[in-house]
Amino acid sequence: MSVDLKPGFSQTGNLTAGNRLQSIDIVSVQSTEDRANALTSGHRACQGCGEALGARMAIDKVMELSRNKVHVVNATGCLEVFTTPFPETSWNVPWLHSLFGNAPAVATGVQAALKAKGMQDVTVIAQGGDGSTVDIGFGCLSGMFERNDDVLYICYDNEAYMNTGVQRSGATPPTARTATTPLSGPHPGNNFGQGKNVPKIAMAHGIGYVATATIANVRDLEAKVTKAMSMKGARYLHIHVPCPLGWGSLPKDTIKLARLAVESGLYPLFEGEHGVITGVTKIRKKVPVDEYLKLQRRFTHLFKKGADAQDLAGVQAIADAHIKYYGLLDDGDK
Amino acid sequence: MLKQVEGSIGVAEAIGLCRPDVVCAYPITPQTHIVEGLADMVRKGKIASNCQYINVESEFAALSVCIGSSATGVRSYTATSSQGLLFMAEAVYNASGMRLPIVMTIGNRAIGGPINIWNDQSDSMSMRDAGWIQIHAESNQEAGDLHIQAFKIAEQLSIPVMVCVDGFLLTHAYEQIESSTQEQVDEFLPPFKPMQALDCANPMSMGAMVGPEAFMEVRALNIAHFNNAIEPIQKISEEFETIFGRKAGGLYEHYNSEDAETVVVALGSVNGTLKDIIDEYKQDNVSIGSFKIGCYRPFPAKQIAEQLKHAKRVVVVEKDIFAGVGGCLANDITIALKDTDIKVYSVIGGLGGRPIFKKSLMKILDRAMKDELEELSFVDLDHSLVDREITREDLFMTKAV
Ligand SMILES: Cc1ncc(C[n+]2csc(CCOP(=O)(O)OP(=O)(O)O)c2C)c(N)n1
Ligand code: SF4
Ligand SMILES: [Mg+2]
Repeated sequence: MSVDLKPGFSQTGNLTAGNRLQSIDIVSVQSTEDRANALTSGHRACQGCGEALGARMAIDKVMELSRNKVHVVNATGCLEVFTTPFPETSWNVPWLHSLFGNAPAVATGVQAALKAKGMQDVTVIAQGGDGSTVDIGFGCLSGMFERNDDVLYICYDNEAYMNTGVQRSGATPPTARTATTPLSGPHPGNNFGQGKNVPKIAMAHGIGYVATATIANVRDLEAKVTKAMSMKGARYLHIHVPCPLGWGSLPKDTIKLARLAVESGLYPLFEGEHGVITGVTKIRKKVPVDEYLKLQRRFTHLFKKGADAQDLAGVQAIADAHIKYYGLLDDGDK
Repeated sequence: MLKQVEGSIGVAEAIGLCRPDVVCAYPITPQTHIVEGLADMVRKGKIASNCQYINVESEFAALSVCIGSSATGVRSYTATSSQGLLFMAEAVYNASGMRLPIVMTIGNRAIGGPINIWNDQSDSMSMRDAGWIQIHAESNQEAGDLHIQAFKIAEQLSIPVMVCVDGFLLTHAYEQIESSTQEQVDEFLPPFKPMQALDCANPMSMGAMVGPEAFMEVRALNIAHFNNAIEPIQKISEEFETIFGRKAGGLYEHYNSEDAETVVVALGSVNGTLKDIIDEYKQDNVSIGSFKIGCYRPFPAKQIAEQLKHAKRVVVVEKDIFAGVGGCLANDITIALKDTDIKVYSVIGGLGGRPIFKKSLMKILDRAMKDELEELSFVDLDHSLVDREITREDLFMTKAV
């Protein structure tokens, strides 16, 4: 029986998951045999779910670094729902779900309890989608930052409220179609607002560590988890996680989309400490936003006859602004 | 040892003796002095545990922190009033649904609008069916003592407890109280052994979703456990008496009402006023007594019906009114007495801090004893003002159309 050896699992450069040819000290946890498997198989995520992948990558690394001493607090959302279908659970870690908007505060409580018990060797993670992070749980998140509680918060950003059927969140990009920003009126899809850049807002709190990461670059993601885990206090990791169902994309394009978001400049990769940017990941080969947008049905109206060219230009302008602000291109490319 | 302290400080000291591990609250009048007192005790190292005091940005966060700490297996405490309780509403139900034995003081205060900082009991009443045990204090002595019992009740049953303490009337009043010793509290209250907790050695998923295939059973079980709390609450108050040598808590307390024709039923500090009233009536040999309800949730309907079965009429005096229900306690009592011929009168008083004067209440009781009282009446309500406004608004509405 012949096996099709043209898998979607490609080894582009040495940045992707599963590159077992690397020397053991730089190989990703995902490609080791003894990875913790924090989020086991059998969960109910859609095929190609970026959030499931992001969570597994991040928490596996946390498990490795903490020697499995982790407590995870999860906000309501897709990740919570698809990992714990009654009566099962996919989590191999102590895991607690309370509400949609309170994960950071619950994590503060978990941390306080550990402190009271004198068990400071346990890492406390709070995690949620973009909706719980940038919208409903934002007050609790800011409070947790302000107090500098010893919690690593991870946001899985799929740019809408997916669990409730793809409604707009404060992290939904302009022009994107969602169930509450439909394709009607002169400017279909989400409006152009000021956006709510929680990584930058986290930086403004001056917390020890803030980083953006992508599931298209596992080793960068793991490096950022490692950096975060080397510190105490409030830390924030924002992971971009494409959602085939909400974005109208093909499951096999999840990693590709995550990469194009970075390469177009729409999703800048950076890290910062105590309010100062300490590093950015340069764009290797800049692509126009069209390449990223065209793979997603939520943006197809931008390319239809009669579309207002201003809308597409507006999205490109956002990417260009990021490239300039973070210095994402090598000087020669500017 | 007897000492003269503010009610809030008495409560704070009682909580301190319970060795809480996490105290997390957000300030709101009239709860503030309790948490300020605790903040000071934690700073000064006066609490004999590794207590963490956490300042947060909202009541929603305060209870959420307690949810996290309680789920991690430590003794957790918060306090609030009025708007603060409403602001944490979602977490209130979450804590009881997860059966986390958190103790919360409610410094009872009116809920707005219009905004009002003074005492009534509509705040705790608004959460009466949220799956938290609710016990009410009559005096500052009892307020402190009930907190010591509350941790035991909560942790033994794995059900959260609200201790309701009338705002200002108790929280800000200076009264003589007999304080407890650490030895007494330690003898009475064992260390917290959680029914379930986050644990690296035994990872489990807490608070996971439950679908239609099991939700009914989960709810039914929750309610059954809740209703089973009645006996332990009584027993714990008896154990308290054995160790501390004074009475506090329990389901109810008679005051001259064991065989009285007319029984006045109430929650909280107004029982003090009622006792004075009953003493006056007693001098004239009037057959009237008062009956204090200590445990409001779960509502000991059977026990109360048994205790009141001899009465000709019951007058329920309470500091809350809700659209649709009227007085909540009167409603509960009516249901408890549904198989009897006992007449129930509902009297609403003290809303938004209006004082309940002895004289005014006696006028009402005099009429009740002649069965001349309306089914629903108010203590010192300016009826003429209300009637005038209703007429005026009617006119206004007709014109506006
Ligand atoms: C207080 C409250 N409001 C609304 C909801 C409904 N709700 C549940 S999950 C969700 C969206 C989650 O979006 P996000 O945080 O982005 O996570 P995702 O599902 O996209 O991963 C919403 C609106 C809720 N559970 N609680
Ligand atoms: S809707 Fe999106 S985020 Fe949710 S499980 Fe499906 S792919 Fe994942
Ligand atoms: Mg989302």
